[in-house]
Amino acid sequence: MTSDPIRNSAPGTTGPTPRLVLNGDDVRRALARIAHEILEHNRGLNDLALVGVRTRGVTIAQRLQAEIRRIENESPPLGTIDITLYRDDLDHHLEHPELRSTDIPFDLTGRHVVLVDDVLFTGRTVRAAMDALVDFGRPRTIQLAVLIDRGHRELPIKADYVGKNIPTAPSEQVHVRLVEEDGADEVVVTA
Amino acid sequence: MPALSQRHLLGIEPLLPGDIRTIVETAKSMKSISKRAIKKVPALRGKTIVNLFLEPSTRTRSSFEIAAKRLSADTLTLSGTGTSLSKGETLMDTARNLEAMAPDAIVIRHSASGAPHMLARILEPPVINAGDGSHEHPTQALLDLMTVEERKGPVKGFKVAIVGDIAHSRVARSNIFTLTKMGALVWLCGPATMIPREVEQLGARVTNSMDEALEGADVVMMLRIQLERGSGSLFPSVPEYAATYGLNRARLKRAKRDVVVLHPGPINRGIEIASDVADGEFSVILDQVENGVAVRMALLYLLITRPEGRGGTA
Amino acid sequence: MSTETANPTLLIDGCRLVDPETRYDGPAGLWIERGELKKIARTETERQALRARVAATAPEALRLEADGLLVFPGLVDLHVHLREPGFEYKETIRTGCEAAARGGFTAICCMANTNPVNDCRAVTEFICARAAEVSGVAVHPIGAISKGLEGKELAEIAEMKKGGIVAVSDDGRPVADSALMRRALEYARTFDLRVVSHAEDKALAGSGCMHEGAVSTRLGLEGIPAEAEEIMVARDIHLAALTGARLHIAHVSTAGSVELVRRAKEKGLDVTAEAAPHHLLLTDEVLGGSGAYDTRYKMNPPLRASRDMDALRRGLQDGTIDCIATDHAPHSEDDKNVEFHRAPFGVVGLETALAAGLSLVRSGTLSLAQLAERMSLGPARLFGLPHGRIAEGRPISLAVIDPNHKWTVDARRFRSKSRNSAFEGWTFEGDVAYTLAQRRLSYAAEWARPLTAISEPAGAPTQRRIAGV
Repeated sequence: MTSDPIRNSAPGTTGPTPRLVLNGDDVRRALARIAHEILEHNRGLNDLALVGVRTRGVTIAQRLQAEIRRIENESPPLGTIDITLYRDDLDHHLEHPELRSTDIPFDLTGRHVVLVDDVLFTGRTVRAAMDALVDFGRPRTIQLAVLIDRGHRELPIKADYVGKNIPTAPSEQVHVRLVEEDGADEVVVTA
Repeated sequence: MPALSQRHLLGIEPLLPGDIRTIVETAKSMKSISKRAIKKVPALRGKTIVNLFLEPSTRTRSSFEIAAKRLSADTLTLSGTGTSLSKGETLMDTARNLEAMAPDAIVIRHSASGAPHMLARILEPPVINAGDGSHEHPTQALLDLMTVEERKGPVKGFKVAIVGDIAHSRVARSNIFTLTKMGALVWLCGPATMIPREVEQLGARVTNSMDEALEGADVVMMLRIQLERGSGSLFPSVPEYAATYGLNRARLKRAKRDVVVLHPGPINRGIEIASDVADGEFSVILDQVENGVAVRMALLYLLITRPEGRGGTA
Repeated sequence: MSTETANPTLLIDGCRLVDPETRYDGPAGLWIERGELKKIARTETERQALRARVAATAPEALRLEADGLLVFPGLVDLHVHLREPGFEYKETIRTGCEAAARGGFTAICCMANTNPVNDCRAVTEFICARAAEVSGVAVHPIGAISKGLEGKELAEIAEMKKGGIVAVSDDGRPVADSALMRRALEYARTFDLRVVSHAEDKALAGSGCMHEGAVSTRLGLEGIPAEAEEIMVARDIHLAALTGARLHIAHVSTAGSVELVRRAKEKGLDVTAEAAPHHLLLTDEVLGGSGAYDTRYKMNPPLRASRDMDALRRGLQDGTIDCIATDHAPHSEDDKNVEFHRAPFGVVGLETALAAGLSLVRSGTLSLAQLAERMSLGPARLFGLPHGRIAEGRPISLAVIDPNHKWTVDARRFRSKSRNSAFEGWTFEGDVAYTLAQRRLSYAAEWARPLTAISEPAGAPTQRRIAGV
């Protein structure tokens, strides 16, 4: 592709400049810390399981699983959960949210389950994910790990493990980009 | 995922190929719910679905009821003998009374072709055709498509033989529309008394020879012979029909080696289909039942939560 | 009823007169005195003279500035169901006549399938008496062929003729028994009556509710094959040849029937035929589209394929089809608002027929003169009715038409009691402005150019409207 000689700035930057809040190293360090905290809090791997919330939460859960294996030489089982059918806002979309598979290849009952998502915002996704989880069994505890907590909760939900707290305006958007899907790790905030 | 182009499901004919794709893909997700310990999701919690079954039906009615319950919807089922229709109330009266109950969807099975269209003209909520007269039975065709795709992948280019009373079969019509939209070659087979006028204009080929229909077929769909219709006008006797158009192992050898055989049920064993075929390795009849629930869940979900759907006119 | 509407004295000035009898199609001034046509002024000189004479001798007369308007003889409909006696919730003789006047008709023939059936003189006379109470439209009953329309025994045709019938028909319940049909043709011939055949093989039509073809196949509705009509048209033509009787084929709907009638006429048989506006303008495709399962499109014979419609139009053009008849068949909304296969057959047609006919002129199917003939003098001659003529010294019977009036069919505004129009929502160009018949103004459209006093200048702001119609 040839670059446009007239345009000086990169495409897509005509609006307010995106704010970079975490770079690749920041993301890596945050996830490593969360992995340690999970192990510390649960005293190792006993009955631990990770469940990623579709779609970005799954990638982050996979990173945490790898991180834990690096530390403990063993990894907790990993499941994925799609919360579309548990949402409370199905009537308010312009498009149908895409239905993806839910895959929990182990028994949840009695386990300490760490629910993993990329961004914690209103709390409604987590609420839906917890509803979904309990349909699959009766975990001993459910904990919540997120890369970003951007505030503006609408439900009484709090994360147990947070990569970074970022103050945002409600109208802003937080984009979590990950190597596996976007080619690079970074978190940016746009208006 | 795009919303369906239609507000109601009155038949397959008005659907776009993309709609069919959306429904089947959604049904695949729904199918996994039925395999869980708790076979229920809250997607349609607080929604009310009226099942208006004005013609005897056990399978389709139960399938819709299970589908609604797995999505947490409340259902009200009115069947032919239980409604005031038998007391002389017209379908229009019934429809207006139903509307007062503010349902979020109405599923209708009726012996009159076009009965769902009547409801859709006057009612606000989505109307789902669960079989109307000799017109269409769209959910059956969708579950048939899902079943075939599960076994054999996309149907584009497949030879599909549909055998039986095409003229009076809503299953046949919905399958002709579905399969031709998805690129399959549809062959219709039966005695000329069972082939409706100008049916080639629907994009299907017609043969009166069972052997020709089965030759190299990827899929064989056997239609139920309606014994209650009585023989004598369309065919002289049941044994003669079974001998001429019944499916048995020997005949099936003409089809592809990985042929799948479908039947909408209930089966007349030994008439349109021999038991060893119905229960044999090519038969996917039980998969059809399972997929029926998934397809109906998908439709209820897609139509009731259809974006911009409420009050729309598409 | 305002006295102004009865026995009007009126100058219709500057219209285009289309008179099938004299084959005159040109400008005219028509002078009507106390409901009687006194003078037809054709040339410019004659018209100027007429204007001057009227202004001098009858300053109180009314004037219709008719520049750009058409005048046809009052229209004649050979095929109407008035539903009275027995089904007054669908239509009455009065509402049917009002609908007819609104449609430009001055004479209508009503079918015998009432309750009781018009199969005896008493019923015929009842209908005539009721019709006499409604002035403005002449009602001519058609008697039943068989008692109770049962197709078993002949009705008292000669007695009914004394009562006023102008033809016989078992319309709606076709005569299945060929021997009875033969007797009916022979017997009716004896009394100079035409037999109107509703040509349908009921066994072949079965439980069909629309034309059998690709659309019925798509919709999963039982079809009525074209052959169900053609077999009976062929039979009745053979019987007409056998008996030398007068046969009229009602509501011809298929290409095959048109061909059969054409050949019968070539052989010199006294076989005539009619076609209905809905068959001339609509096909079964309407049921395959937005009108799917809409019972407004359910009638018998059903809407056919486009090749049938084309054949009907050609037949009407070359005279194989002698006339347009509406088969006006009112049904209440409750009757029609049911599942398609359960709904009764029939559509109303009186109030849209002329507009439908004008659209055939616009599409080049008919000339204006042919349309006037096929809707007035033509049908009148078939039954020997004294209508369809515009002649000096006769009571007026005219339809004044504005060919440029654009309107959209809204059945709620019909004068008929029923709303089951196949043309609902259609936009037509051209409609009836005034109907004059039986010495009175039987209809004036609210949009029509008003009548003025002779003494006022044309187009003056003090125009008076005729009230009470």
